[in-house]
Amino acid sequence: MTASDKASRPNYNPLTKPAPELWRDPDATPFVVFDGITKKFDDFTAVDNISLNIYKRELFCLLGGSGSGKSTLLRMLAGFEQPTSGRILIDGVDMAGIPPWNRPVNMMFQSYALFPHLTVENNVGFGLRREGMAEADVKRRVKDILDMVQMGHLARRKPHQLSGGQRQRVALARSLVKRPKLLLLDEPLGALDKKLREETQFELMNIQDELGVTFIVVTHDQEEAMTLATRIGVMNNGEVVQVGEPHDIYEYPGSRYVAQFIGSVNLLEGQVIVDEADEVKIQSADAGCILHVNHGISCAPNQTVHVALRPEKIQISHHAPEQTENCMQGVIEDIAYMGSLSVFRVRLNSGKEIRVTQPNFARDMGARFTWEDRVYLHWDIDSSVVLTV
Amino acid sequence: MSKLPGYALVGRILARRNLTFNRFAAFNPGRKAVISIPFFWLAVFFFIPFLVVFKISFSESDIAIPPYTSLFTWDADEAYATLTLYLGNYAYLIEDSFYLDAYLSSIKIAAISTIITLIVGFPMAYLIARSQGSKRLILLSLVILPFWTSFLLRVYAWMALLKKNGVVNDMLMALGMIDEPVRMLQTDFAVYIGIVYTYLPFMILPLYAVLEKMDLTLIEAAEDLGCHPIQSFFLVTVPLAMPGIVAGCLLVFIPVVGEYVIPALLGGSDTLMIGRVLWDEFSLNRNWPMASAVAIVMLVVLVLPIMFLRNRVGNKESI
Repeated sequence: MTASDKASRPNYNPLTKPAPELWRDPDATPFVVFDGITKKFDDFTAVDNISLNIYKRELFCLLGGSGSGKSTLLRMLAGFEQPTSGRILIDGVDMAGIPPWNRPVNMMFQSYALFPHLTVENNVGFGLRREGMAEADVKRRVKDILDMVQMGHLARRKPHQLSGGQRQRVALARSLVKRPKLLLLDEPLGALDKKLREETQFELMNIQDELGVTFIVVTHDQEEAMTLATRIGVMNNGEVVQVGEPHDIYEYPGSRYVAQFIGSVNLLEGQVIVDEADEVKIQSADAGCILHVNHGISCAPNQTVHVALRPEKIQISHHAPEQTENCMQGVIEDIAYMGSLSVFRVRLNSGKEIRVTQPNFARDMGARFTWEDRVYLHWDIDSSVVLTV
Repeated sequence: MSKLPGYALVGRILARRNLTFNRFAAFNPGRKAVISIPFFWLAVFFFIPFLVVFKISFSESDIAIPPYTSLFTWDADEAYATLTLYLGNYAYLIEDSFYLDAYLSSIKIAAISTIITLIVGFPMAYLIARSQGSKRLILLSLVILPFWTSFLLRVYAWMALLKKNGVVNDMLMALGMIDEPVRMLQTDFAVYIGIVYTYLPFMILPLYAVLEKMDLTLIEAAEDLGCHPIQSFFLVTVPLAMPGIVAGCLLVFIPVVGEYVIPALLGGSDTLMIGRVLWDEFSLNRNWPMASAVAIVMLVVLVLPIMFLRNRVGNKESI
């Protein structure tokens, strides 16, 4: 696909690029296989029996807090750590006993790890020269990749003469220049300010489109994961708790942990009173109403469950809506005006605090609701998700 | 006396990394005041004696107290002063190949021992820098521990170890590796052992300082880019340790060139080092002017290469 093709498609969205969605095909051959990987440091289990398939041309995000084991998983892929048990396959080859310098993998380090004694071009050419490539070819490849990341004009600089964003581009160029089958990125955008991050995220995705490399990105930033990834693996305590496309992870979190980790969420506790194949009704003291959700769950009668409700899916109004289910009453305790949207903190009659966001689609939206207003919060049956764990 | 400029220069090489500090110092009178104390000390106890030595080197040896001729003679009748600069000492230094041999031999011994110290010290510094917590502290104190004993005592201890019926010979004979004692004391071999042993901490400490600060992910990055560990050592670790290598080499090389005690105690009569020549000239021959000339030339021989090295390191860092 060329640039003009992209422009001519009005609904082209680089976020949902037309990559082959191999992970949906049960017969597809995975490119990277984690097969029961466990890593122990003394008596601490950093990675606990992870099995995971990653497919060609994916941009897979490992998302988790610090200490969740995501970096350890990445370092095992690069060869800096050996798994205590389990197998890692890259392109069908077992990586056991293969040292980092012989793996078809390159890594972009969180600290960038640029060689301070070498210029930008020598940093980028470092890997090619180790392969014994002819000097003319090295020069050409380095120039091409530096032009791609728009660093060609600074090729003679030393790393300490560059800004954070420029260093990050050099680090990216250095990890791409050997055309690895698999590129590992450890918190690639961590050190950049917000504006630069957004620019770079799109750049990363364009590069991936252009070169067809498989990316595995480690990050603790859910926003970064949401924008970059074809799929996200959410990690907690050394385990992968959920794998899915960003949309699925956000809209159908499998557990309270995932729901709370990705985006913000209101959790309402209640007991199941109706449990049908395609709907669930829950009596919730928290909400002070019956919660109605249009998907089935498997649970025992009267089991205590949680309903996850995203702040942006709640309607807020002064007048009682017609529905009685999925409708709560409360008082506005706090308002935060964020420009594009307003955030309300509503105290329900039960004492539970609910977070609601409303887009400011008119200029005076903020004035319609004010502190101490009694409001109704309501939402549709397809807006919330029932969580049993 | 040759030790002082060496240390001062090494200090400046290390200080060069922190240019902003130096720039700051130029504007801050408080800092100037602090600097002025050591500056004054150096002026009184190093620079003025140096001028005195420099002056004596242009005199002639004389049987008098002090044992040299005066540079200035005052003719009271005619009321004029005569300044006599006697260049004979320097001329003699060039004419008599003995002095040149002594300089070259000193530099050779210093260079070889510096290289040995570097080869021995680098792995030790590396190990210490990579150790964690209390282990690092213990290893580091082991390096510094010898300083708690007098340097002279430690050299005497080596005499006991290396002499004809010393510990080393006894052990080798007991193991059946040799039939009769090997002559080790009063050879260049003993001098090298003494020098490397004595100066090793001066090599290890600056190397440790740079290696400890080195970011280990750089090694991982090199390996990730296809470097075998041996390659990454020479392509990444060594270049990054260069300021420490230069500082350590200067800290060893400079004092060793002028070393007197070790060659005097461990070396044989054929171990020619300029420090010994200087001492013999001064005490045995009582030729103060000649001794002064030897000292001045030694300073020139030492300072010029150091200035060269310093500029090279300095330029590299500022690019």
